Amino acid sequence: MKNLYYFRDKYVRSQPSAFCPGCGGGIILNCFLRAIDDLGLDQDKILAVSGIGCTAWIPSPNFNGDTLHTTHGRAIAFATGAKAYNPDMTTVVFTGDGDGAGIGGNHLIHAARRNIDLTVILVNNMSYAMTGGQIAPTTMHGETTVTSPYGNPEFPFDITKLVKAAGASYVARWSNYHVIELTNSIKEAIQHKGFSFIEVMSQCPTQQRRIFNLRGPLESLPPRILDMFKEGTFVRGRPEKGNYVYAVPKGDVMDTLNAVQGLGDPGIVDHMGFGQVVKIDGDAEALRDKLDKIPEVKYVADHVEGKVELGLFEKYERPELTESLREIIRKARGEL
Amino acid sequence: MLEPGKHLVLGNVACAEGAIRAGLGFFAGYPITPASEISHHIALELPKEGGIFMQMEDEIASIASIIGASWAGAKSMTATSGPGYDLMQENIGYAHMTETPLVLVNVQRSGPSTGQSTDPSQQDIYAAKYGAHGDYEVIAISPWSVQEMFDLTVRAFNLAETYRTPVMLMSDGLIGHIEEKLVIPEEVEIVNRKKPTSLESTPWGTDKPSGVPEMPAFGEGHRLLVTGSTHQPNGVRNFSPEYHQRIVYRIRDKILNAEPVIRDIHKVEMDDAKVAILSFGASARPSVEAVEEARKEGIKAGLFRLKTIWPFPEEPVRELAEQVDAIIVVEMNTGKLVKEVQRVVEGETKVVSLAKVGGVLPFSREVLEVIRRELQ
Repeated sequence: MKNLYYFRDKYVRSQPSAFCPGCGGGIILNCFLRAIDDLGLDQDKILAVSGIGCTAWIPSPNFNGDTLHTTHGRAIAFATGAKAYNPDMTTVVFTGDGDGAGIGGNHLIHAARRNIDLTVILVNNMSYAMTGGQIAPTTMHGETTVTSPYGNPEFPFDITKLVKAAGASYVARWSNYHVIELTNSIKEAIQHKGFSFIEVMSQCPTQQRRIFNLRGPLESLPPRILDMFKEGTFVRGRPEKGNYVYAVPKGDVMDTLNAVQGLGDPGIVDHMGFGQVVKIDGDAEALRDKLDKIPEVKYVADHVEGKVELGLFEKYERPELTESLREIIRKARGEL
Repeated sequence: MLEPGKHLVLGNVACAEGAIRAGLGFFAGYPITPASEISHHIALELPKEGGIFMQMEDEIASIASIIGASWAGAKSMTATSGPGYDLMQENIGYAHMTETPLVLVNVQRSGPSTGQSTDPSQQDIYAAKYGAHGDYEVIAISPWSVQEMFDLTVRAFNLAETYRTPVMLMSDGLIGHIEEKLVIPEEVEIVNRKKPTSLESTPWGTDKPSGVPEMPAFGEGHRLLVTGSTHQPNGVRNFSPEYHQRIVYRIRDKILNAEPVIRDIHKVEMDDAKVAILSFGASARPSVEAVEEARKEGIKAGLFRLKTIWPFPEEPVRELAEQVDAIIVVEMNTGKLVKEVQRVVEGETKVVSLAKVGGVLPFSREVLEVIRRELQ
């Protein structure tokens, strides 16, 4: 078992971390380093490309290999040129949700369409975090940010489904709670010949406090947000059993908690779709009948409602761009 | 590629031929009039030489991908016109900051905005120099014929590699779209970027404050930190005033100090001239006839044509001001380079602007009229 010092000494430049305490960036760097180590890749043959924003700083300067830290939104376009010219480099793009799906959305869908052999890790913290927590194309409807002080009037992209529709031949979504699955997914994505895309839901204690309306000391937030990623997601192909429900409060969540006492072991949890709710164990249908009659309960949600679907969304083979470009050279030379 | 020898070709084709001969390895572009034929010819010919052609989703991606390819070790290039040039500006700044060699061809058309989309202009010469935010010095060269579309494209690559910087080939819709004789030589002089011999290199720093660092490529073990943020010689981000001043002055001075070498001036009848036409690119073509006609009338006129617009050849223009009684600046815009001439001449001689927009060249008789008027 390799310890953290092994990964730090082998793959990380000796830099003080620029991340806020509790940032998700370090977890993703960790998963990436374990993935390339497991695959036995030569770190001098890995190019990490990034744009602008917190995510861009995951590889640059941390990753001790070739890095290309570019302009806002353009990392995939830079990476396309580098990979097309030198296909021998394992080329991985780190981009945020604002960087990759906002300003750089056009490059993202076109790279997926081209099926160029890049691995794109899109770190989704549901806001423009570095610039102060503004609404992003991934911020959910109604959420509060510095540029949506009355609630977000817009609706977010489902980036994973967008990239799948654009033709990506490997698409997955995980969260920072799911580190084993994420590490395995990065390995699979790097090995996949073609455009591979992983969306990673990541915690940002600095900005998500406002977005998710969380109270309490800063150091309590990272584990709470990670718990929320666990609570607020379900994995494709292995859905959790519906042996619990969520009671969405009408007013104060404590009133709802008190009102449902006596039903199966109720407790307050943070839910991504509904905020603070009361989770109650037991048979879903039976609970729903009882909860519907309690005035402090506004709504009863089941085990998948309002949650984010994780897992592998797409994996198939089709002609890859850098190989097609080499084929064009052979055609032009009359060798084919 | 065309065989060495004489050909009748389009200016844009000559540009593509020059690029391939200069060692082009990666080209990315996006369709735009009047630059598209450069892409067409490169798409056809570059793969035969083992190079990569890509059509990107927009001009931003075009320049981004050629910067990426340049760091992967390619001589790289894109070609565009006004609106596309606007879109590229942010990454032009990035290429200066990271000292990335590349060639950017701007086949200028008449703006602002969509303007006269197929007609020539020389309105982008300040966009070439000042287009992106921040301080940097650009190399911009200007061909006036199909032959120079070939010759100066080769030179653009050599300058880019020598100074590790983007080079602007400021052509226009006329030069791009005329067919003329092109003589392709048996061999062209080619310069390649200097590569470091040791892994301890500092790709963004030199001993001299105006030096050009050696340039490694990805995958060579240098573990590069390429960034558009202010950085130390080893690439590590560092926002201190000291490092910012050091890099901004170095990327400026490596170009300004080399101006006497980059300088390229074509003179016609200048030895005894008392009136000089200062011009560049397509707008200099009618001036040759104007000079001939003036000479027939006994007027000592000459043409002083800048093949290098930026860095501006200040010293030769100052000497010119001492020689002549008037400098007539002929250009296809509302009067742009004339301001630079006025700044440099500092009232030493009379500076007159003959500037014309509308997508048409200044006629030789218009130039001649100004010559006559100024000598009265």
